[in-house]
Amino acid sequence: MSNPWHRTHSPDANSGAVSREATRRKRASSLEVASPPPASLSALCETQLLAQAKAGDQLAFAQLYALHKKRIYSLCMRMVGNRTEAEDLTQETFLQLHRRMSTFRGDSSFSTWLHRLAVNVVLMNLRKKGLSLISMDRAMETVDERSLGRSFGSLDLTLSGAIDRLALEHAVDDLPAGYRLAFVLHDIEGYDHQEIASALDCSIGNVKSQLHKARLKLRDVLRALPGQEERG
Amino acid sequence: MIEDANPMTCRQFQAQLPELMGSRENFEADRHLQRCTLCRALLTDLETIAEAARQLFPGVEPPDELWSQIESALWNEGKSREPEKNTE
Repeated sequence: MSNPWHRTHSPDANSGAVSREATRRKRASSLEVASPPPASLSALCETQLLAQAKAGDQLAFAQLYALHKKRIYSLCMRMVGNRTEAEDLTQETFLQLHRRMSTFRGDSSFSTWLHRLAVNVVLMNLRKKGLSLISMDRAMETVDERSLGRSFGSLDLTLSGAIDRLALEHAVDDLPAGYRLAFVLHDIEGYDHQEIASALDCSIGNVKSQLHKARLKLRDVLRALPGQEERG
Repeated sequence: MIEDANPMTCRQFQAQLPELMGSRENFEADRHLQRCTLCRALLTDLETIAEAARQLFPGVEPPDELWSQIESALWNEGKSREPEKNTE
């Protein structure tokens, strides 16, 4: 079987590099402007697109990208808190998708499967960078005295009013990696403790602890913002 | 309020919070929580943050150039690799 990307997108042997690049950009541009299908049609379309992409249809693959790029990129952004890294990880996720889509069995929805694939890509990358997820098990044994201690001495303030979206986003970005992973995967992405523990290769208790500490840290940061006046 | 600020009681309760909040059980009737303003405030804050996280964080679009990069990478990969066989 020939390479579908090569078959259709292979440069013309008689044209120069500029012409190849122009063709490539034009093709990419035409894909970018294509609007995703309406939500009601998306599941049906997705099944069909996936079948076509598995068969080597690169336009179908491009449309799968268009359907899922926002969710996957956003996930990567939240997990690593860095735009450039998020772009690299989004790219790697879709490359992995292209390699592995033929192994998708439909046990879960394609969207869920792709989401998990992206989480695994990010975690693999973090492990390569030396983030020791296993060491979080030891970390959970230590109570975060500083965060807890603040609640003991006096009547502490409670977060007042609505939480500012940007403030929360920045606070999440600034969380230590282990805390951020637990918070993003549980509170934002909706994974349960068991799923996160499996993905991070650590105990469920550890996940709960990291999640709790993440929330405590976010509370500290948000309460320190101007406009959060003490009560009591 | 003095009796509500018992450090040991608060410390013990808060040490259990990760497990309590992680369970699906309703622990609003917990005796310490009923009496302790501090721990109730803490719980309210943590629940507010968790709820805010679910409602905030709208998706972010990747830059347009990303697809070009992916397409180029796929083209390069295609030169040395064929898609895996369907295992379904």
